[in-house]
Amino acid sequence: MGSEAIIVFFLAGVVLVAGSNFLSNLISHKSDNAQKREPYESGMKTIGPTWVQFKVGYYLFAILFLIFDVEVAFLVPWAVVFQDFGGVAFIEIIIFLFILGLGLLYAWKKGALKWE
Amino acid sequence: MSIIEMVLIALVYLGIFSVAGLFLVLLERRVAAWFQLRIGPNRVGFQGLLQTMADALKLVSKELTGTEKADKFLYNLAPYFVIITALMALGVIPFTKDFQAFDINIGIFFLIAISSIGVIGILLGGWASNNKFALIGAMRSGVQTISYELSVGLSLLTMILLTRSLQLSEIVEVQKNGWLIVQGHIPAIIAFMVFMIAGTAETNRAPFDMVEAESELGAGFHTEYSGMKFAYFFLAEFINMFLIAAIATTVFFGAWLSPFGITESIPWLGVFWFLLKTLILVFLMMWFRWTFPRLRVDQLLTLEWKYLLPINLVNIVIMAFVVWQNLIIQF
Repeated sequence: MGSEAIIVFFLAGVVLVAGSNFLSNLISHKSDNAQKREPYESGMKTIGPTWVQFKVGYYLFAILFLIFDVEVAFLVPWAVVFQDFGGVAFIEIIIFLFILGLGLLYAWKKGALKWE
Repeated sequence: MSIIEMVLIALVYLGIFSVAGLFLVLLERRVAAWFQLRIGPNRVGFQGLLQTMADALKLVSKELTGTEKADKFLYNLAPYFVIITALMALGVIPFTKDFQAFDINIGIFFLIAISSIGVIGILLGGWASNNKFALIGAMRSGVQTISYELSVGLSLLTMILLTRSLQLSEIVEVQKNGWLIVQGHIPAIIAFMVFMIAGTAETNRAPFDMVEAESELGAGFHTEYSGMKFAYFFLAEFINMFLIAAIATTVFFGAWLSPFGITESIPWLGVFWFLLKTLILVFLMMWFRWTFPRLRVDQLLTLEWKYLLPINLVNIVIMAFVVWQNLIIQF
């Protein structure tokens, strides 16, 4: 099957989830009360809003990830054609990875990899 | 390709999806019991084979509750992400030469891309639930998955140097001269170890299960999901584990090729070899779970950024050198 398979699998996934949701709604037992609709916090009432400003550490790692993920995207075409080029490609990639390694080292020394 | 044929393929894969999910849940419980000197579920059907089927029926018949404070649209959207991405990734896995739903030329790249979309479902579900446990679980999942995705990508990239192609069928074709873990010897073994560690972390399994650490976060990002909606996340988690093992089998252990070509004349036996290798790797991941204690968030990030990533970068250079000097072992 060609690339249309992606659409077929997408639709299959949608049908699976929507279908089971429908089936579940059809045969499940239903009861309702006010406590049931509260957020679950081990029986305690929630204090304050949940959607607040969140720890910045997660954001820092997301930025770092972005840098290295773009690098992976650059490395993929290099890896595919490496055997055709041999020595030149080898020296080039050492320079490329050296600069990237310096970037990682910089982030490391700056303390960006430390979780506080 | 006719419509009927497409529907049939979709149905077959939905079947594989649910049977594999149900079977792996049972396997996990039996293996867990085995490690803890218990018996595990063995009453429903032969050796408990129908146990998870019964659990699934129970889950369908449970009410779909949720908090009224949740963001309804995103809350309902989240399961679609995790199920669809797992299903699509299953489509490119080569079970045998002919049993592969679609063989695109960017196979490995597609798998890496699709596995990073799956985490959006977890982030959405955790955030939309409007529950503090769920939010913390989702955020941890985000930082963990994106970190370890680098190692998954880079360790697979190391092997692409040997295969010269991203297409999964061609990757298998190359391995007719010896499995890649043998062809690439030392750097391939390092890449395999990094891949298994990072793969375990990417699927949020113990010892990297910060996302749903029972003792501190309730059920983590799916705290607010009940009944079938909980089952989607549960099913997708097990399918993802299967996928990691299947990718490792394809890239390192020759997919459906038999050892030393002993059953080369009987092509359909490929399914048997493929599943055997995959289940051994799945067992390895279950073994991790009952051997290592859970990591803290800072230890988790230290492991990835200060150990696995530098190892990976050096390993790529070693592999490039091996390929350049033609030090590959081939039969």
